[in-house]
Amino acid sequence: MVLDGGPEYPVTTDLSDAAAGSLALAEEPIAFDVEAIRADFPILERMVDGSPLIYLDSANSSQKPRVVVEAIEDHYLNHNANVARAMHVLGAEATEAFEGARAQLGQFINARSSEEVVFTKNASEALNLCAYTLGASLRPGDEIVISVMEHHSNIVPWQLLAQRTGAVLRWFDVTDEGRLDLDKAAAEGLVNERTKIVSVAYVSNVLGTINPISQIAALGHAVGATLVVDASQAVPQLAVNVADLGADLVAFTGHKMVGPTGIGVLWGRYDLLAVLPPFLGGGEMIEVVTMAGSTYAPPPHRFEAGTPPIAQAVGLAAAAQYLSAIGMDQITAHEHDITAYALEGLRGLRGLKVLGPDQPVARGGAVSFTLTTPDGQPIHPHDVSHLLDSRGIAVRGGHHCARPLHERFGVQSSTRASFYLYTTRAEIDALIEGLEYTSAFFGGLR
Amino acid sequence: MKVEDLYQEIILDHYRSKHHSGLREPYEAEVHHVNPTCGDEVWLRVHMVGDTVSDVSYESMGCSISQASTSVMTDLVIGHDVAHGLGLYEEFLTMMQGKGQIEPDEDRLEDGVAFAGVAKFPARVKCALLGWSAFKDAVARTQSASS
Repeated sequence: MVLDGGPEYPVTTDLSDAAAGSLALAEEPIAFDVEAIRADFPILERMVDGSPLIYLDSANSSQKPRVVVEAIEDHYLNHNANVARAMHVLGAEATEAFEGARAQLGQFINARSSEEVVFTKNASEALNLCAYTLGASLRPGDEIVISVMEHHSNIVPWQLLAQRTGAVLRWFDVTDEGRLDLDKAAAEGLVNERTKIVSVAYVSNVLGTINPISQIAALGHAVGATLVVDASQAVPQLAVNVADLGADLVAFTGHKMVGPTGIGVLWGRYDLLAVLPPFLGGGEMIEVVTMAGSTYAPPPHRFEAGTPPIAQAVGLAAAAQYLSAIGMDQITAHEHDITAYALEGLRGLRGLKVLGPDQPVARGGAVSFTLTTPDGQPIHPHDVSHLLDSRGIAVRGGHHCARPLHERFGVQSSTRASFYLYTTRAEIDALIEGLEYTSAFFGGLR
Repeated sequence: MKVEDLYQEIILDHYRSKHHSGLREPYEAEVHHVNPTCGDEVWLRVHMVGDTVSDVSYESMGCSISQASTSVMTDLVIGHDVAHGLGLYEEFLTMMQGKGQIEPDEDRLEDGVAFAGVAKFPARVKCALLGWSAFKDAVARTQSASS
Protein backbone atom coordinates (compact mmCIF):
# COMPACT_ATOMS: atom_id res chain seq x y z
CA MET A 1 0.00 0.00 0.00
CA VAL A 2 1.27 3.44 -0.90
CA LEU A 3 0.82 6.07 1.77
CA ASP A 4 0.66 9.83 1.45
CA GLY A 5 3.88 11.22 0.14
CA GLY A 6 4.65 8.01 -1.70
CA PRO A 7 5.21 7.84 -5.42
CA GLU A 8 2.53 9.46 -7.51
CA TYR A 9 3.58 8.21 -10.89
CA PRO A 10 1.28 7.18 -13.66
CA VAL A 11 2.26 3.75 -12.44
CA THR A 12 1.53 1.49 -15.35
CA THR A 13 1.90 2.33 -18.96
CA ASP A 14 0.72 -0.34 -21.32
CA LEU A 15 3.06 -0.12 -24.24
CA SER A 16 1.04 -2.06 -26.81
CA ASP A 17 -0.49 1.09 -28.36
CA ALA A 18 2.82 2.86 -28.37
CA ALA A 19 4.46 -0.13 -30.00
CA ALA A 20 1.81 -0.11 -32.69
CA GLY A 21 2.65 3.55 -33.26
CA SER A 22 6.31 2.81 -33.87
CA LEU A 23 5.30 0.04 -36.27
CA ALA A 24 3.40 2.61 -38.30
CA LEU A 25 6.58 4.67 -38.45
CA ALA A 26 8.57 1.73 -39.69
CA GLU A 27 6.16 1.18 -42.57
CA GLU A 28 7.30 4.36 -44.25
CA PRO A 29 11.06 4.32 -43.94
CA ILE A 30 12.78 7.56 -44.83
CA ALA A 31 15.72 6.89 -47.15
CA PHE A 32 18.92 6.67 -45.08
CA ASP A 33 20.90 9.81 -45.83
CA VAL A 34 24.16 9.93 -43.92
CA GLU A 35 24.86 13.56 -44.85
CA ALA A 36 21.44 14.63 -43.54
CA ILE A 37 22.12 12.69 -40.34
CA ARG A 38 25.53 14.31 -39.94
CA ALA A 39 23.85 17.72 -40.11
CA ASP A 40 22.02 16.79 -36.89
CA PHE A 41 25.37 16.43 -35.05
CA PRO A 42 27.04 19.85 -34.78
CA ILE A 43 30.25 18.39 -33.33
CA LEU A 44 30.96 16.60 -36.60
CA GLU A 45 31.72 20.00 -38.16
CA ARG A 46 34.58 20.50 -35.71
CA MET A 47 38.14 20.95 -36.82
CA VAL A 48 40.93 19.29 -34.83
CA ASP A 49 44.26 21.04 -35.25
CA GLY A 50 43.38 22.07 -38.80
CA SER A 51 41.86 18.75 -39.86
CA PRO A 52 38.16 17.92 -39.92
CA LEU A 53 37.17 15.67 -37.02
CA ILE A 54 36.80 12.02 -37.98
CA TYR A 55 35.12 10.43 -34.99
CA LEU A 56 35.63 6.66 -34.98
CA ASP A 57 35.14 6.08 -31.25
CA SER A 58 31.39 5.66 -30.96
CA ALA A 59 31.63 2.32 -29.15
CA ASN A 60 33.30 4.33 -26.41
CA SER A 61 30.76 7.15 -26.45
CA SER A 62 28.56 8.32 -29.29
CA GLN A 63 28.06 11.93 -30.35
CA LYS A 64 24.76 13.71 -29.66
CA PRO A 65 22.25 15.12 -32.13
CA ARG A 66 20.96 18.63 -31.54
CA VAL A 67 17.48 17.33 -30.54
CA VAL A 68 18.91 15.48 -27.54
CA VAL A 69 20.83 18.49 -26.27
CA GLU A 70 17.80 20.72 -26.84
CA ALA A 71 15.49 18.35 -24.97
CA ILE A 72 17.80 18.51 -21.94
CA GLU A 73 18.10 22.28 -22.22
CA ASP A 74 14.32 22.70 -22.51
CA HIS A 75 13.80 20.51 -19.47
CA TYR A 76 16.23 22.48 -17.31
CA LEU A 77 15.08 25.88 -18.57
CA ASN A 78 11.31 25.29 -18.48
CA HIS A 79 10.26 22.22 -16.51
CA ASN A 80 12.88 21.57 -13.85
CA ALA A 81 11.84 20.25 -10.42
CA ASN A 82 12.28 17.07 -8.45
CA VAL A 83 10.11 14.12 -9.40
CA ALA A 84 7.44 12.26 -7.47
CA ARG A 85 7.39 14.47 -4.41
CA ALA A 86 6.79 18.08 -5.36
CA MET A 87 3.13 19.11 -5.21
CA HIS A 88 3.34 21.85 -7.80
CA VAL A 89 3.11 22.32 -11.55
CA LEU A 90 6.80 21.95 -12.25
CA GLY A 91 6.96 18.85 -10.05
CA ALA A 92 4.12 17.33 -12.04
CA GLU A 93 5.74 18.23 -15.35
CA ALA A 94 9.11 16.83 -14.32
CA THR A 95 7.47 13.63 -13.06
CA GLU A 96 5.52 13.27 -16.27
CA ALA A 97 8.65 13.84 -18.33
CA PHE A 98 10.63 11.30 -16.30
CA GLU A 99 7.95 8.63 -16.37
CA GLY A 100 7.26 9.45 -20.02
CA ALA A 101 10.93 8.77 -20.71
CA ARG A 102 10.59 5.41 -19.01
CA ALA A 103 7.66 4.56 -21.30
CA GLN A 104 9.62 5.74 -24.35
CA LEU A 105 12.60 3.55 -23.45
CA GLY A 106 10.31 0.61 -22.77
CA GLN A 107 8.78 1.03 -26.20
CA PHE A 108 12.23 1.33 -27.78
CA ILE A 109 13.26 -2.13 -26.57
CA ASN A 110 9.73 -3.58 -26.78
CA ALA A 111 9.25 -4.10 -23.04
CA ARG A 112 5.83 -5.36 -21.99
CA SER A 113 5.35 -2.42 -19.65
CA SER A 114 7.26 0.63 -18.52
CA GLU A 115 7.49 -0.90 -15.04
CA GLU A 116 10.13 -3.22 -16.45
CA VAL A 117 12.45 -0.27 -17.09
CA VAL A 118 14.77 0.76 -14.24
CA PHE A 119 16.91 3.89 -14.65
CA THR A 120 20.45 3.64 -13.31
CA LYS A 121 23.45 5.93 -13.70
CA ASN A 122 25.09 3.74 -16.34
CA ALA A 123 25.36 0.13 -17.56
CA SER A 124 27.97 -0.65 -14.90
CA GLU A 125 25.54 0.29 -12.16
CA ALA A 126 22.82 -1.79 -13.85
CA LEU A 127 25.13 -4.82 -13.88
CA ASN A 128 26.15 -4.23 -10.27
CA LEU A 129 22.46 -4.04 -9.41
CA CYS A 130 21.99 -7.46 -11.05
CA ALA A 131 24.95 -8.97 -9.21
CA TYR A 132 23.90 -7.54 -5.86
CA THR A 133 20.22 -8.47 -6.02
CA LEU A 134 20.56 -11.86 -7.72
CA GLY A 135 23.44 -12.62 -5.40
CA ALA A 136 21.25 -12.37 -2.30
CA SER A 137 20.14 -15.98 -2.86
CA LEU A 138 23.52 -17.48 -3.85
CA ARG A 139 25.19 -20.15 -1.69
CA PRO A 140 28.77 -21.43 -1.60
CA GLY A 141 29.36 -23.77 -4.54
CA ASP A 142 26.74 -22.14 -6.77
CA GLU A 143 28.16 -21.15 -10.13
CA ILE A 144 28.12 -17.92 -12.09
CA VAL A 145 29.01 -18.12 -15.79
CA ILE A 146 30.34 -15.17 -17.79
CA SER A 147 32.62 -15.06 -20.84
CA VAL A 148 36.22 -14.09 -21.50
CA MET A 149 35.05 -11.43 -23.98
CA GLU A 150 33.25 -9.35 -21.34
CA HIS A 151 33.87 -5.71 -20.57
CA HIS A 152 35.33 -5.30 -17.07
CA SER A 153 31.92 -4.07 -15.90
CA ASN A 154 30.50 -7.53 -16.61
CA ILE A 155 33.43 -9.27 -14.89
CA VAL A 156 34.28 -7.39 -11.71
CA PRO A 157 30.74 -7.26 -10.18
CA TRP A 158 30.59 -11.06 -10.51
CA GLN A 159 34.06 -11.51 -9.03
CA LEU A 160 33.00 -9.40 -6.06
CA LEU A 161 29.80 -11.43 -5.75
CA ALA A 162 31.72 -14.72 -5.86
CA GLN A 163 34.06 -13.43 -3.13
CA ARG A 164 31.10 -12.40 -0.97
CA THR A 165 29.11 -15.59 -1.32
CA GLY A 166 31.59 -18.39 -1.98
CA ALA A 167 30.04 -18.93 -5.40
CA VAL A 168 32.34 -20.07 -8.21
CA LEU A 169 32.96 -17.85 -11.24
CA ARG A 170 33.38 -19.68 -14.55
CA TRP A 171 33.46 -18.44 -18.14
CA PHE A 172 32.93 -19.21 -21.79
CA ASP A 173 36.15 -19.17 -23.82
CA VAL A 174 36.18 -17.75 -27.34
CA THR A 175 37.35 -19.40 -30.55
CA ASP A 176 40.31 -17.96 -32.43
CA GLU A 177 37.74 -16.30 -34.72
CA GLY A 178 36.36 -14.46 -31.71
CA ARG A 179 33.07 -16.34 -31.32
CA LEU A 180 31.86 -17.79 -28.02
CA ASP A 181 33.18 -21.36 -27.89
CA LEU A 182 29.91 -23.15 -27.23
CA ASP A 183 31.34 -26.58 -28.17
CA LYS A 184 34.08 -26.30 -25.57
CA ALA A 185 31.51 -25.11 -23.03
CA ALA A 186 29.32 -28.14 -23.77
CA ALA A 187 32.29 -30.52 -23.53
CA GLU A 188 33.35 -29.20 -20.14
CA GLY A 189 29.79 -28.92 -18.77
CA LEU A 190 30.20 -25.20 -18.22
CA VAL A 191 26.48 -24.57 -17.75
CA ASN A 192 25.15 -27.20 -15.35
CA GLU A 193 22.75 -27.75 -12.46
CA ARG A 194 24.97 -25.63 -10.17
CA THR A 195 24.75 -22.64 -12.53
CA LYS A 196 22.53 -19.92 -11.06
CA ILE A 197 23.48 -16.93 -13.18
CA VAL A 198 24.75 -16.55 -16.74
CA SER A 199 25.85 -13.06 -17.78
CA VAL A 200 27.18 -12.29 -21.25
CA ALA A 201 27.53 -9.43 -23.70
CA TYR A 202 25.11 -9.22 -26.59
CA VAL A 203 27.76 -7.54 -28.77
CA SER A 204 31.48 -7.53 -27.88
CA ASN A 205 32.92 -4.04 -27.42
CA VAL A 206 36.29 -5.24 -28.74
CA LEU A 207 35.64 -7.95 -31.31
CA GLY A 208 32.28 -6.71 -32.53
CA THR A 209 30.95 -10.28 -32.27
CA ILE A 210 27.18 -10.61 -31.93
CA ASN A 211 26.53 -13.45 -29.50
CA PRO A 212 23.68 -15.96 -29.94
CA ILE A 213 21.65 -14.81 -26.94
CA SER A 214 18.62 -17.06 -27.49
CA GLN A 215 20.90 -20.10 -27.66
CA ILE A 216 22.61 -19.09 -24.42
CA ALA A 217 19.22 -18.38 -22.86
CA ALA A 218 18.11 -21.91 -23.73
CA LEU A 219 21.27 -23.34 -22.13
CA GLY A 220 20.81 -21.29 -18.97
CA HIS A 221 17.08 -21.70 -18.61
CA ALA A 222 17.34 -25.47 -19.06
CA VAL A 223 19.17 -25.56 -15.70
CA GLY A 224 17.08 -22.84 -14.06
CA ALA A 225 19.73 -20.10 -14.29
CA THR A 226 18.94 -16.41 -14.73
CA LEU A 227 20.32 -14.81 -17.90
CA VAL A 228 21.76 -11.30 -17.64
CA VAL A 229 22.74 -9.59 -20.90
CA ASP A 230 25.09 -6.64 -21.22
CA ALA A 231 23.55 -4.94 -24.24
CA SER A 232 25.61 -1.74 -24.06
CA GLN A 233 26.99 -2.24 -27.58
CA ALA A 234 23.81 -3.84 -28.93
CA VAL A 235 21.03 -1.38 -28.16
CA PRO A 236 22.73 1.45 -30.09
CA GLN A 237 23.15 -0.63 -33.24
CA LEU A 238 20.44 -3.31 -33.32
CA ALA A 239 16.67 -3.34 -32.93
CA VAL A 240 16.71 -5.08 -29.54
CA ASN A 241 13.46 -6.79 -28.63
CA VAL A 242 13.61 -7.79 -24.97
CA ALA A 243 10.30 -9.64 -25.20
CA ASP A 244 11.81 -12.15 -27.65
CA LEU A 245 15.46 -12.08 -26.66
CA GLY A 246 15.30 -14.78 -24.00
CA ALA A 247 17.16 -12.71 -21.41
CA ASP A 248 15.81 -12.10 -17.92
CA LEU A 249 17.73 -8.89 -17.29
CA VAL A 250 19.26 -6.53 -19.88
CA ALA A 251 21.64 -3.66 -19.11
CA PHE A 252 22.60 -0.81 -21.40
CA THR A 253 23.76 2.78 -21.26
CA GLY A 254 22.48 6.08 -22.62
CA HIS A 255 25.61 7.75 -23.89
CA LYS A 256 26.44 5.11 -26.49
CA MET A 257 23.00 5.50 -28.15
CA VAL A 258 23.26 9.24 -28.88
CA GLY A 259 21.89 10.00 -25.41
CA PRO A 260 23.50 11.81 -22.48
CA THR A 261 26.01 10.48 -19.97
CA GLY A 262 24.85 9.81 -16.41
CA ILE A 263 22.00 7.46 -17.27
CA GLY A 264 21.72 3.75 -17.95
CA VAL A 265 18.88 1.28 -18.12
CA LEU A 266 18.18 -2.07 -16.58
CA TRP A 267 15.30 -3.90 -18.16
CA GLY A 268 13.99 -6.91 -16.25
CA ARG A 269 11.10 -9.34 -16.59
CA TYR A 270 8.57 -7.88 -14.19
CA ASP A 271 7.96 -11.09 -12.29
CA LEU A 272 11.70 -11.38 -11.68
CA LEU A 273 12.12 -7.72 -10.66
CA ALA A 274 9.19 -8.14 -8.29
CA VAL A 275 11.03 -10.77 -6.23
CA LEU A 276 14.47 -9.13 -6.21
CA PRO A 277 15.53 -7.33 -3.02
CA PRO A 278 16.43 -3.62 -3.07
CA PHE A 279 19.90 -2.52 -4.21
CA LEU A 280 20.65 0.96 -2.87
CA GLY A 281 18.58 2.35 -0.01
CA GLY A 282 17.21 5.88 0.19
CA GLY A 283 14.35 8.10 -0.80
CA GLU A 284 11.96 7.05 -3.57
CA MET A 285 12.62 3.35 -3.23
CA ILE A 286 10.53 2.99 -0.08
CA GLU A 287 6.92 2.40 0.83
CA VAL A 288 6.86 2.98 4.62
CA VAL A 289 9.89 3.82 6.73
CA THR A 290 9.85 3.43 10.52
CA MET A 291 12.85 3.41 12.80
CA ALA A 292 12.30 -0.30 13.26
CA GLY A 293 12.35 -1.10 9.56
CA SER A 294 11.03 -0.26 6.11
CA THR A 295 8.99 -1.69 3.31
CA TYR A 296 9.91 -1.06 -0.28
CA ALA A 297 8.25 0.30 -3.37
CA PRO A 298 7.41 -2.09 -6.20
CA PRO A 299 9.64 -2.13 -9.29
CA PRO A 300 10.93 -0.10 -10.96
CA HIS A 301 11.13 2.48 -8.14
CA ARG A 302 12.43 -0.09 -5.65
CA PHE A 303 15.74 0.10 -7.53
CA GLU A 304 15.91 3.88 -7.90
CA ALA A 305 17.04 5.31 -4.57
CA GLY A 306 17.40 9.07 -4.37
CA THR A 307 16.74 11.75 -6.95
CA PRO A 308 17.13 10.00 -10.30
CA PRO A 309 18.85 11.37 -13.43
CA ILE A 310 15.78 13.32 -14.54
CA ALA A 311 17.13 15.59 -17.27
CA GLN A 312 19.24 12.69 -18.51
CA ALA A 313 16.12 10.54 -18.82
CA VAL A 314 14.48 13.30 -20.85
CA GLY A 315 17.55 13.41 -23.09
CA LEU A 316 17.65 9.64 -23.43
CA ALA A 317 13.99 9.57 -24.44
CA ALA A 318 14.77 12.12 -27.15
CA ALA A 319 17.66 9.90 -28.27
CA ALA A 320 15.43 6.84 -28.49
CA GLN A 321 12.89 8.85 -30.44
CA TYR A 322 15.59 10.13 -32.78
CA LEU A 323 16.93 6.63 -33.49
CA SER A 324 13.40 5.25 -33.94
CA ALA A 325 12.51 7.97 -36.43
CA ILE A 326 15.52 7.01 -38.56
CA GLY A 327 14.75 3.33 -38.00
CA MET A 328 16.97 0.90 -36.11
CA ASP A 329 16.93 -1.52 -39.07
CA GLN A 330 18.32 1.21 -41.31
CA ILE A 331 21.00 2.04 -38.74
CA THR A 332 21.95 -1.65 -38.54
CA ALA A 333 22.16 -1.83 -42.34
CA HIS A 334 24.34 1.28 -42.50
CA GLU A 335 26.70 -0.04 -39.81
CA HIS A 336 26.94 -3.32 -41.67
CA ASP A 337 27.83 -1.53 -44.89
CA ILE A 338 30.45 0.67 -43.22
CA THR A 339 31.94 -2.24 -41.26
CA ALA A 340 32.20 -4.40 -44.38
CA TYR A 341 33.88 -1.52 -46.20
CA ALA A 342 36.30 -0.97 -43.32
CA LEU A 343 37.18 -4.66 -42.97
CA GLU A 344 37.93 -4.80 -46.68
CA GLY A 345 40.18 -1.76 -46.46
CA LEU A 346 41.98 -2.98 -43.35
CA ARG A 347 42.64 -6.39 -44.92
CA GLY A 348 44.70 -4.60 -47.56
CA LEU A 349 47.12 -3.15 -44.98
CA ARG A 350 50.37 -4.98 -44.43
CA GLY A 351 51.07 -5.67 -40.76
CA LEU A 352 47.46 -5.19 -39.71
CA LYS A 353 45.64 -8.00 -37.92
CA VAL A 354 41.98 -7.78 -36.98
CA LEU A 355 41.00 -9.31 -33.61
CA GLY A 356 37.80 -11.28 -33.97
CA PRO A 357 35.58 -11.84 -36.99
CA ASP A 358 37.21 -10.34 -40.10
CA GLN A 359 34.12 -10.92 -42.22
CA PRO A 360 31.05 -8.72 -41.80
CA VAL A 361 28.89 -11.60 -40.55
CA ALA A 362 27.14 -11.53 -37.15
CA ARG A 363 29.29 -8.64 -36.01
CA GLY A 364 28.69 -5.05 -35.05
CA GLY A 365 30.51 -1.86 -35.94
CA ALA A 366 33.60 -2.09 -33.75
CA VAL A 367 36.86 -3.30 -35.29
CA SER A 368 39.95 -3.83 -33.12
CA PHE A 369 43.34 -4.58 -34.59
CA THR A 370 47.06 -4.68 -34.06
CA LEU A 371 49.53 -3.00 -36.40
CA THR A 372 53.22 -3.45 -37.15
CA THR A 373 55.76 -1.48 -39.14
CA PRO A 374 56.54 -2.76 -42.67
CA ASP A 375 59.47 -4.72 -41.18
CA GLY A 376 57.22 -6.37 -38.59
CA GLN A 377 57.87 -4.33 -35.44
CA PRO A 378 54.69 -3.95 -33.38
CA ILE A 379 53.38 -0.41 -33.04
CA HIS A 380 51.74 0.27 -29.70
CA PRO A 381 48.06 1.33 -29.91
CA HIS A 382 48.86 4.51 -27.97
CA ASP A 383 51.27 5.49 -30.69
CA VAL A 384 48.79 4.51 -33.42
CA SER A 385 45.98 6.52 -31.86
CA HIS A 386 48.23 9.51 -31.22
CA LEU A 387 49.39 9.62 -34.83
CA LEU A 388 45.80 9.26 -36.04
CA ASP A 389 44.68 11.98 -33.63
CA SER A 390 47.18 14.35 -35.19
CA ARG A 391 45.18 13.86 -38.41
CA GLY A 392 41.86 14.51 -36.68
CA ILE A 393 40.99 10.81 -36.46
CA ALA A 394 39.65 9.74 -33.06
CA VAL A 395 40.04 6.02 -32.26
CA ARG A 396 40.67 4.19 -29.00
CA GLY A 397 43.95 2.52 -28.10
CA GLY A 398 44.41 0.22 -25.12
CA HIS A 399 42.62 -2.80 -23.72
CA HIS A 400 39.15 -1.22 -24.02
CA CYS A 401 38.22 -2.40 -20.51
CA ALA A 402 38.60 -6.00 -21.71
CA ARG A 403 42.04 -7.08 -20.51
CA PRO A 404 41.23 -10.82 -20.20
CA LEU A 405 40.10 -10.90 -23.81
CA HIS A 406 43.36 -9.32 -24.97
CA GLU A 407 45.27 -11.87 -22.91
CA ARG A 408 43.24 -14.62 -24.58
CA PHE A 409 44.44 -13.34 -27.96
CA GLY A 410 48.01 -13.00 -26.72
CA VAL A 411 48.19 -9.23 -27.16
CA GLN A 412 48.59 -6.54 -24.56
CA SER A 413 46.32 -4.04 -26.23
CA SER A 414 44.78 -3.05 -29.53
CA THR A 415 43.53 -0.09 -31.52
CA ARG A 416 39.79 0.09 -32.03
CA ALA A 417 37.83 1.97 -34.68
CA SER A 418 34.09 1.98 -34.11
CA PHE A 419 31.36 3.30 -36.34
CA TYR A 420 27.84 4.60 -36.06
CA LEU A 421 24.97 6.03 -38.04
CA TYR A 422 26.96 9.14 -38.94
CA THR A 423 30.13 7.36 -40.18
CA THR A 424 30.95 7.75 -43.87
CA ARG A 425 33.03 5.72 -46.32
CA ALA A 426 35.25 8.76 -46.80
CA GLU A 427 36.09 8.60 -43.08
CA ILE A 428 37.09 4.96 -43.46
CA ASP A 429 39.34 5.95 -46.38
CA ALA A 430 40.99 8.55 -44.14
CA LEU A 431 41.51 5.91 -41.44
CA ILE A 432 43.20 3.53 -43.88
CA GLU A 433 45.43 6.32 -45.18
CA GLY A 434 46.26 7.36 -41.61
CA LEU A 435 47.22 3.80 -40.70
CA GLU A 436 49.47 3.52 -43.76
CA TYR A 437 51.17 6.72 -42.70
CA THR A 438 51.51 5.51 -39.10
CA SER A 439 53.08 2.25 -40.18
CA ALA A 440 55.58 4.03 -42.40
CA PHE A 441 56.35 6.66 -39.73
CA PHE A 442 57.25 4.14 -37.05
CA GLY A 443 59.05 2.02 -39.60
CA GLY A 444 61.44 4.93 -40.04
CA LEU A 445 60.28 5.52 -43.61
CA ARG A 446 58.98 9.07 -43.09
CA MET B 1 52.90 21.45 -32.13
CA LYS B 2 52.83 18.65 -34.63
CA VAL B 3 52.79 15.12 -33.37
CA GLU B 4 55.87 14.29 -35.41
CA ASP B 5 57.78 16.73 -33.19
CA LEU B 6 56.69 14.68 -30.19
CA TYR B 7 58.29 11.59 -31.63
CA GLN B 8 61.84 12.91 -31.74
CA GLU B 9 64.52 10.70 -33.19
CA ILE B 10 66.06 10.25 -29.71
CA ILE B 11 62.77 8.79 -28.46
CA LEU B 12 62.34 6.46 -31.44
CA ASP B 13 65.97 5.32 -31.10
CA HIS B 14 65.54 4.41 -27.44
CA TYR B 15 62.21 2.72 -28.26
CA ARG B 16 63.76 0.59 -31.00
CA SER B 17 66.67 -0.51 -28.83
CA LYS B 18 66.06 -0.07 -25.13
CA HIS B 19 69.09 0.45 -22.87
CA HIS B 20 69.61 -1.77 -19.81
CA SER B 21 66.52 -3.83 -20.65
CA GLY B 22 65.95 -7.21 -18.98
CA LEU B 23 65.68 -8.24 -15.32
CA ARG B 24 69.00 -8.92 -13.58
CA GLU B 25 70.41 -10.12 -10.26
CA PRO B 26 71.29 -8.96 -7.70
CA TYR B 27 68.65 -6.48 -6.56
CA GLU B 28 67.24 -5.20 -3.28
CA ALA B 29 63.79 -4.18 -4.48
CA GLU B 30 61.45 -5.08 -7.33
CA VAL B 31 58.27 -3.21 -8.22
CA HIS B 32 55.48 -3.69 -10.75
CA HIS B 33 53.80 -0.56 -12.04
CA VAL B 34 50.81 -0.44 -14.36
CA ASN B 35 49.04 2.29 -16.26
CA PRO B 36 45.48 1.01 -15.83
CA THR B 37 44.00 3.01 -18.67
CA CYS B 38 46.14 1.40 -21.35
CA GLY B 39 47.64 -1.65 -19.64
CA ASP B 40 51.27 -0.55 -19.99
CA GLU B 41 53.37 -2.41 -17.45
CA VAL B 42 56.88 -2.36 -16.06
CA TRP B 43 58.64 -4.73 -13.70
CA LEU B 44 61.69 -2.91 -12.37
CA ARG B 45 64.56 -3.86 -10.05
CA VAL B 46 67.05 -1.63 -8.29
CA HIS B 47 70.44 -2.76 -7.03
CA MET B 48 72.20 -0.45 -4.60
CA VAL B 49 75.83 -0.47 -3.51
CA GLY B 50 76.00 1.92 -0.58
CA ASP B 51 74.39 5.12 -1.82
CA THR B 52 75.09 4.36 -5.44
CA VAL B 53 72.49 3.05 -7.86
CA SER B 54 74.54 0.17 -9.18
CA ASP B 55 71.92 -1.24 -11.55
CA VAL B 56 68.36 -0.69 -12.73
CA SER B 57 66.95 -3.59 -14.69
CA TYR B 58 63.46 -3.97 -16.11
CA GLU B 59 60.96 -5.79 -18.29
CA SER B 60 58.27 -3.62 -19.78
CA MET B 61 55.46 -3.54 -22.26
CA GLY B 62 54.03 -0.35 -23.60
CA CYS B 63 54.06 2.52 -26.04
CA SER B 64 57.11 4.23 -27.51
CA ILE B 65 56.95 7.06 -24.97
CA SER B 66 56.85 4.81 -21.90
CA GLN B 67 59.53 2.47 -23.23
CA ALA B 68 61.89 5.20 -24.38
CA SER B 69 61.44 7.18 -21.17
CA THR B 70 62.32 4.16 -19.04
CA SER B 71 65.36 3.50 -21.20
CA VAL B 72 66.58 7.11 -20.87
CA MET B 73 65.97 7.03 -17.11
CA THR B 74 68.26 4.03 -16.64
CA ASP B 75 71.03 5.80 -18.57
CA LEU B 76 70.70 8.79 -16.26
CA VAL B 77 70.57 7.09 -12.87
CA ILE B 78 72.81 4.01 -13.11
CA GLY B 79 76.24 4.57 -11.60
CA HIS B 80 75.22 7.72 -9.77
CA ASP B 81 74.39 8.61 -6.21
CA VAL B 82 70.76 7.82 -5.37
CA ALA B 83 70.11 11.45 -4.36
CA HIS B 84 71.14 12.49 -7.89
CA GLY B 85 68.63 10.02 -9.40
CA LEU B 86 65.79 11.17 -7.15
CA GLY B 87 66.64 14.79 -7.98
CA LEU B 88 66.39 14.00 -11.69
CA TYR B 89 63.04 12.32 -11.04
CA GLU B 90 61.77 15.58 -9.52
CA GLU B 91 63.10 17.60 -12.46
CA PHE B 92 61.57 15.22 -14.97
CA LEU B 93 58.25 15.31 -13.11
CA THR B 94 58.28 19.13 -13.06
CA MET B 95 58.96 19.18 -16.79
CA MET B 96 56.09 16.73 -17.41
CA GLN B 97 53.67 18.77 -15.32
CA GLY B 98 54.73 22.03 -16.95
CA LYS B 99 52.37 21.83 -19.94
CA GLY B 100 55.37 22.44 -22.19
CA GLN B 101 56.25 25.77 -20.52
CA ILE B 102 59.31 24.54 -18.59
CA GLU B 103 62.76 24.84 -20.11
CA PRO B 104 64.60 21.69 -19.01
CA ASP B 105 68.27 21.61 -18.05
CA GLU B 106 69.90 19.65 -20.86
CA ASP B 107 73.15 19.23 -18.92
CA ARG B 108 71.29 17.29 -16.28
CA LEU B 109 68.44 15.56 -18.13
CA GLU B 110 70.47 14.81 -21.31
CA ASP B 111 68.31 12.63 -23.61
CA GLY B 112 65.44 13.23 -21.19
CA VAL B 113 64.88 16.71 -22.65
CA ALA B 114 63.49 15.02 -25.75
CA PHE B 115 60.36 14.37 -23.70
CA ALA B 116 59.66 18.08 -23.13
CA GLY B 117 57.11 17.93 -25.95
CA VAL B 118 55.21 15.11 -24.23
CA ALA B 119 54.12 17.59 -21.56
CA LYS B 120 51.91 19.24 -24.17
CA PHE B 121 49.88 16.05 -24.53
CA PRO B 122 48.21 15.40 -21.14
CA ALA B 123 47.15 11.89 -22.17
CA ARG B 124 50.78 10.90 -22.67
CA VAL B 125 52.32 12.31 -19.49
CA LYS B 126 51.50 9.14 -17.57
CA CYS B 127 53.31 7.12 -20.26
CA ALA B 128 56.49 9.15 -19.82
CA LEU B 129 56.34 8.85 -16.04
CA LEU B 130 55.74 5.09 -15.81
CA GLY B 131 59.39 3.98 -15.55
CA TRP B 132 60.45 7.00 -13.47
CA SER B 133 57.70 6.37 -10.92
CA ALA B 134 58.69 2.72 -10.72
CA PHE B 135 62.32 3.75 -10.09
CA LYS B 136 61.33 6.15 -7.31
CA ASP B 137 59.13 3.51 -5.70
CA ALA B 138 61.84 0.84 -5.91
CA VAL B 139 64.39 3.17 -4.34
CA ALA B 140 61.98 3.95 -1.50
CA ARG B 141 61.61 0.22 -0.88
CA THR B 142 65.36 -0.37 -0.75
CA GLN B 143 65.63 2.47 1.75
CA SER B 144 62.78 1.24 3.97
CA ALA B 145 64.19 -2.30 3.78
CA SER B 146 67.65 -1.17 4.92
CA SER B 147 66.43 1.17 7.69
